Amino acid sequence: MNVRLYLWQRLTAAVMAPLVLVHVIVIFYAARQGMSAADILARTRGSVAWASFYGLFVVAVAVHAGIGIRNVLTEWLPLEDRPAAILASTFAVLLLILGARAVAAVVLP
Amino acid sequence: MLHLSGEERGASSQRKQAKEPIAQPMSDSRSELTVSLWRGAQEGRYETYKVPLRNNQTVLDVVTFVQRHLDPSLSYRFACRVGMCGSCAMTVNGRPRWTCRTHVSSVAKRGRLKIGPLENLPVIKDLATDMRAFFDKWQQAKGAFVPSRRRGEDVERIKPDSAARIAADAAIECINCGICYAACDTVRWNGDYLGPAALNRAWTLVNDVRDSGNTERLRAVAASGGCHACHSHQSCQELCPQQLNPTASIAGLKRRTLWAYLRGEV
Repeated sequence: MNVRLYLWQRLTAAVMAPLVLVHVIVIFYAARQGMSAADILARTRGSVAWASFYGLFVVAVAVHAGIGIRNVLTEWLPLEDRPAAILASTFAVLLLILGARAVAAVVLP
Repeated sequence: MLHLSGEERGASSQRKQAKEPIAQPMSDSRSELTVSLWRGAQEGRYETYKVPLRNNQTVLDVVTFVQRHLDPSLSYRFACRVGMCGSCAMTVNGRPRWTCRTHVSSVAKRGRLKIGPLENLPVIKDLATDMRAFFDKWQQAKGAFVPSRRRGEDVERIKPDSAARIAADAAIECINCGICYAACDTVRWNGDYLGPAALNRAWTLVNDVRDSGNTERLRAVAASGGCHACHSHQSCQELCPQQLNPTASIAGLKRRTLWAYLRGEV
């Protein structure tokens, strides 16, 4: 971990903190209202606001988790910085693709 | 034959006057300590010795007793015996401690002591570790003072109540004992990590207005293995015999290097 990675990890944590809170509130709201999948999709499909909200969430998660996994790999496995960075970046890209796919599934009309 | 210093003889005579009982070596288990000491180098084993229990006995006294009376081949390191030099740190019942200022009565469990070399450092022999990595990292963290004035110039006036001096003073009393380094999980996991003592030293210099080496120093501690590798477990401040708080110093370095990075200085 160097100062650049530290900055990105703290920055993405700061972005995620309010997003997680809103996400949890949305889950509680949907569950308590007894909304079906169709009800939810009716609200999210074509919505620029939800696309931006969850799009930002996915990017922040991918960056944050990627840096965290890199640290875990360098500290817990006998890996040098570079191979650990390659593995962690691969994991981050995977998270980004899976997340983007999930967001597309709920916001694309 | 044990030679008593003037102070020890004085204490002995005071005890006689006060008719206090003096602990004598006896053979029953209540007056004896069972001490396991690490013998060997990196590979080795714990060997057990019986040491007489005495009043106000320190862990260093116990190790010294074994070396002088039971096994002269035991290797360990000490110098001042009064908590100033930082040479005598060892692992005592699982925790790194300064042995000259650790009373047996505060650490022995059911009359037992297990004493090993410091963790996270290669063992030379028995209780003595190779501390080169520890001190090399002080150099890597730019722990040496870089003067900003020449000999002929006036001495810089330092206000003791200035924020920078208060921050430096809070961290300055390190005795280089290596206890924080031995206690640190991050050092254990990451061989490149500079460690709490070196970073704490860097923090004192970052706050020293007389020093002119801060750009290089912040660059050194902002790199991989520097202050940002710290997980803030706080074992260093928990076990520091000088009650310093290296975790707080490292947090200060994290903030300082972050701003320096954003300004493009590191």
